[in-house]
Parts: sequence; structure tokens; C-alpha cells
Amino acid sequence: MSAVTTVRPRQGLPRILTQLLLLGFLLGLVIVVVYPLLWMAVSSLKTNSEILGSPFALPAHPSSDSYARALQKGVAGYLLNSVLVTSLSVVTTTLFSAWAAYALSRITIPFNRVVLLVIVGGLMLAPTVALIPLVRLLQSWGLYNTYWALILLYTAFRVPFTTFLIRGYMIDLPREVDEAAEIDGATRRQTFWGVILPMSTPILVSAVILQVLFAWNEFLFALIFLSDDSLKTLPVGLATLSSRSTTDFPAVFAGMTIAAVPMIILFFVGQRYFIRGLSEGVGK
Amino acid sequence: MASAELTVVSPPGTTRAAGDGPPPRRPRRSGGARRRWSGLVWVAPALLAMGAFVYYPLLLNFRYSVQKTNIFTGQQRFVGLDNYIRLAGDPIFWRALTNNVWYAVLSIVFQVFFALVLAALIEDMRSPRMRAVLRSVYFLPSAISLTVTGLLFTFIYQPSGGLLNGLLDGAGLDAAQQSWLGNPHTAIFGIIAMSQWQGFGYSTLLFAVAIQRIPRELYESATLDGAGPARRLFSLTVPMVREMTGVVMIVTISGAFQVFNEVMVMTAGGPNNSSQVLGTWLYEAGFIRNDFGYAAAIATVIFTVTTVLAVLQIVHTSRRRVA
Repeated sequence: MSAVTTVRPRQGLPRILTQLLLLGFLLGLVIVVVYPLLWMAVSSLKTNSEILGSPFALPAHPSSDSYARALQKGVAGYLLNSVLVTSLSVVTTTLFSAWAAYALSRITIPFNRVVLLVIVGGLMLAPTVALIPLVRLLQSWGLYNTYWALILLYTAFRVPFTTFLIRGYMIDLPREVDEAAEIDGATRRQTFWGVILPMSTPILVSAVILQVLFAWNEFLFALIFLSDDSLKTLPVGLATLSSRSTTDFPAVFAGMTIAAVPMIILFFVGQRYFIRGLSEGVGK
Repeated sequence: MASAELTVVSPPGTTRAAGDGPPPRRPRRSGGARRRWSGLVWVAPALLAMGAFVYYPLLLNFRYSVQKTNIFTGQQRFVGLDNYIRLAGDPIFWRALTNNVWYAVLSIVFQVFFALVLAALIEDMRSPRMRAVLRSVYFLPSAISLTVTGLLFTFIYQPSGGLLNGLLDGAGLDAAQQSWLGNPHTAIFGIIAMSQWQGFGYSTLLFAVAIQRIPRELYESATLDGAGPARRLFSLTVPMVREMTGVVMIVTISGAFQVFNEVMVMTAGGPNNSSQVLGTWLYEAGFIRNDFGYAAAIATVIFTVTTVLAVLQIVHTSRRRVA
């Protein structure tokens, strides 16, 4: 075979056929991903017997009563708890992490290498590993079965990732910024709040979005450290709901949709920041 | 570097100190030790939170794992390696570990190899909008709680009225119909399949970002040299994203040894312990049987596996930095 013939890209029918097959495959995969999610949403509008008898069919009389029933059966409370725990843990995690990231990137502190190692070292620890002793500790500290148990645990276990993420961004900001602030007579506190933090907005948005996603979906700690049904967050509450309502599947589907939709919206709205956070967090 | 004028300890408060006025200029170093130590205030909240809720319990876990707790009196006594010996002789522990290994192997196939090829196919498409839409749609399930996707697949796998059996029926494969999560031979694989559905888009997105960082000229010259799509994938894309592949692989394996949520929601380890994983077996030991020492020993196994993987990851990334 001469070199000249191989230089030309393949043309004609085989090429078009390959392209079509490829497109078919990618679109088929889209259906595999999207269909179950749509099925979940549609099933929430059906009746119990429709779900069991004709799972593929559309509802004869779409009804959103299931949402009212789901909210009544506890989902309203779970939703509120999720919002509360998520928003408070976002505040504490982002603040603690931004402070630490500032100290570990813009100023010199004693033992900075050790501190960095201790904080980022937390990245490699699985939550399960601390689980058994945490039960005793949280009980003796009076945190067991309170919102604070989750808020503090979500903070402690996510500070490593979030600090790592924010520090990676802050370290690349130009040195002159701090020097200019210093010449203007700003204290460190003023430099942090007035200069460095505003300049880090893009990565802070990424950090907040990823923390929302984590806290909203977290299951293990929520299962173990909250025992009152009135305190449960959505992931654990939904599991409870599904084991309780074996005769009202539409309500379970409604609860699942209520839990899923906010994160889907968040993903589409904050996509740019989302992708940035994920790729910076894993790639560095 | 360090600001010379900061002599007063200023904790990072919630409000900005207004009207501090310009502090007097002083030569560097005159602030002395006090100035330097005050910097620790910035990292104190993070260190305190992690010390209390991550490192302290982690250390306690090792102590628990060599103790036996009397559930009636709450007294703990030292039993040496007894818990670990019991663990080594526990067939369900080995079943759980095997299931975690299956989880890891199948996740590597779908969330590393398949995801990499998929990302390359997507990034090879001409329309930027199409690329963006595909990446986002595939990622979608990763944004949703594992409780939701787990419950969703429990419905899909249901013996009657479930989507999967309905599809098999429609395809004339009624013989293959079964109670997917109720059968001890298929339960864990049903869960793993759900997990691949949920997670492949996440690593596809990461690979897509890595592929975008490869200079376009390399592809142009490869095409000019007569390299077809397959050749470009294996001789150009795969070597160029090797770092990302390494990181994704380690993160995936580490995740496979930490699975809990989806198993708990879908089977809780059943039927007949066939779908137990280390996480659920630890839960059952610690919170159903109140056998804290035994549960702590399982936690040590999880710690060992994930730490070895984390060290591998650090070696992997630092080698790249040096190279």
C-alpha cells in the first residue's frame, strides 16, 4: 500500500454508515439515561394500579395528587430539613475552607506545610472509617440526633476537598494584589474580605455548588446520626417513605422527583462552575 | 509576604473591620512571633472541625477494633486481634469483600474504559452544541441522590410491573425474566448495573475535559499522517489523557470499596447476605448487632484499602509533576 492512498481520509458510503451507527449509539445511550428519569416523573402522575399493571403506558388521567400526599406523608419535613442542613453546611464549609485556603496560599503561617498536609490528608479518609467511634462521641457531646451533627460532619469531611479547590485558585492570583492592599494600609482581614475573596468568586461558586450536591444527597451520616423522623433529610426520609407506602407508589415517585429536580436544575444552571469544580478538584 | 503592621490578633470575623485607619509602617520582622502565630487563627476552624470529627474518631477506631464492648454495661475490654480473627473466619465478610471487588472491576470497565472511549467519541463530533448536550445528559444521573436512583431501579427490577421484565417480555425473552434483586445470584449485579448507569457520565465528563486540553494541532497532523479514528484514539488520545485515567481509576476503585447508600436502599445486603458489601456489613455489625469492635475491624479493612489507593494516587500525581 502506498503512502499516498492512506493520506486521504476514507470517503463515501462506509464512512457515512459508521457515522450513522455512532450517532445511533450515542442517542441510544441518551435514551437509556433519560428514559428511567422520565418514567419516574410520569409514574408520579399515575395511579397505583396503572404503575403495576401498565408500567410503560402514560397515565389515563394524569393527577398531581400524589405530590400533595407525598408532602403530607413526611416529604415536606424532609425537604425543609434538607434545605436547612444543606444551606448551613454550605456556609460553614465554604467559610472554613476559604479562610484556610487564604492562610495556605497568600500569607505565611507557622507549620504551613504540616497544616496543609493535615487538611488535605483528610481527602483520603473514607467516612465509614470514623463512623463507629463517632456514634459515641456525638452522643457524649450532645450532638446526636440534632441538625448540628450533620452540619458539623458535612463540614469536617468536606473541608479537605473545598480547601484544596479554593487554594488551587487563590495561589494563582497575582502577588501584587496583596502588596497593593498592604500599601493602602489594609489589614489581613480587610485584604481577605475586600480583595482576595471577591477575586475568588468563580471558584467559590464551584465550591458552593459541589457542597450543595454533596449535602443534599448524603445518606450514611444522615441515616446513623438522626433517629427522629421529624429531623430526617430527603435521602433517608425517602427510604423510610418507600418502606412505609407499599400501597402508594405514586407518592414515592413524587417524593423521588421532589428530591431530584432541584439538583437537576442546579446542574443545568451552574454547569460551567460545576465542571470547573469537578475537573480542578480531581485533576490537580 | 506577611504584613508587617498586623500586631493585633484579628480573627476572620463575619464583618469587615471598618475604619481601622492606616496602621503605622514598621520595619519587617518587628512584629515578631506574635504576628506569625496569629496567622493560625485562619486555619483554626478547619483544623478543629477535622480534629474532632475526622482524625480523633479515626484514631479511636483502631482502639475499638481491639476491644470488645459489653452492650449491657457499656464496658470495653481489650481482646487483642480477636475481632480481626473472627473477621477472617467470617464467610459473609469474604462475600462482602468479593462483592466490593466485583464492584471495582465492573466500575473500571464502565467508568474508566467505556467512559474514556465515549468521551473521545463525543469530543470527535463536529457540532459543539451536540457535544455539550451529550456530556450534560450523560452526567445527569450523577447529580441525583443514590437513594432516588436506587429506589428507581428497585422499581425497574421488580418481578411484576418492572420495566426490565417488561422489556424482556417485549423482546420475546420471557425466559430471562426474574426477580432481579430477589435472586441471590443477580442481586449484587443488579445494584452494580444501577451504579454504572448512575456514574459513567461523571467520568465521561472528566475525560472530556482532559481531551479538550489536548492541542488540536496534534489531531490535525495525525489525520494528515493518515491515522484513522481508531488509530487517533489509541495512539493519541489515550496516551495524552493517561494522567486523568490514572486519577479516575484510583478514585473509582476507592469509591467501589465505600459503596453503601445504593446497597442499603435496594437490598440492605440481602437476600440471604448475597449482596452484602463491606459498608453494609459494617452497618449491620455496628448498628443491628451492636458488635462495635467487629464493626471497627471492618472499618480498618476499608481504611487500609482506601489509604493504599490514596498513596498510589499521590505517587502517581507527584511522578507526573517531576516528569
